[in-house]
Amino acid sequence: MTVRLQTEAFDPGALLTVFSAGRSATGGIVSFTGIARADLGDGTVLELEAYPGFTEAEIGKIADEAVGRFALHDVFVIHRIGRITPGEAIVFVATAAAHRREAFEAADFLMDYLKSRAPFWKKQHGPGGAEWIEPMDRDRSDVARWD
Amino acid sequence: MASPGVMREFEAPDLATLRCLIANDDPALGEALAGKGVQVAVDQAIVRADAPLAARSEVAFLPPMSGG
Repeated sequence: MTVRLQTEAFDPGALLTVFSAGRSATGGIVSFTGIARADLGDGTVLELEAYPGFTEAEIGKIADEAVGRFALHDVFVIHRIGRITPGEAIVFVATAAAHRREAFEAADFLMDYLKSRAPFWKKQHGPGGAEWIEPMDRDRSDVARWD
Repeated sequence: MASPGVMREFEAPDLATLRCLIANDDPALGEALAGKGVQVAVDQAIVRADAPLAARSEVAFLPPMSGG
């Protein structure tokens, strides 16, 4: 299991290739890539803060829960922090299970958590200045599905 | 929210005392830290009520989380 935060850009395809290699009992691998949108126009910049140590640990707890709940063979979470421009990948999640249903559901479960309850603080910089962002109502109702 | 690099040191036996010291020093900050949705972590574990603080405890006041 890997949970990693980093300021540098990552290549989702390369990560998926590595994650997928050398498995024999795994029948299904699902991945998700979250990408920064230009909600405030081309000049939008996202800035993500984490609490070093704490954020990784909290995500790790949810990843452990996903492994148990969905009988995963493996899980990989990588999340950018710092400044991110539109079009860049912000988050990559991959899950491996014996069968596809569990791999799909685990990826959905992890993303719902990451979008609404994970300890990040997100600021959006646009032409009018900067504002702190809260989860959308849809993020909140999405994550409540798993409770 | 203060930037993540802002750290201050206080001497306090528990969280309640720490809040008083902060509020005495900076009333607006004290009020903000008592705001709705602000969580507290002591040594990287969320605490829900008053908590004792050991020597060199790390206390973090966490504003409402955005998600990533």
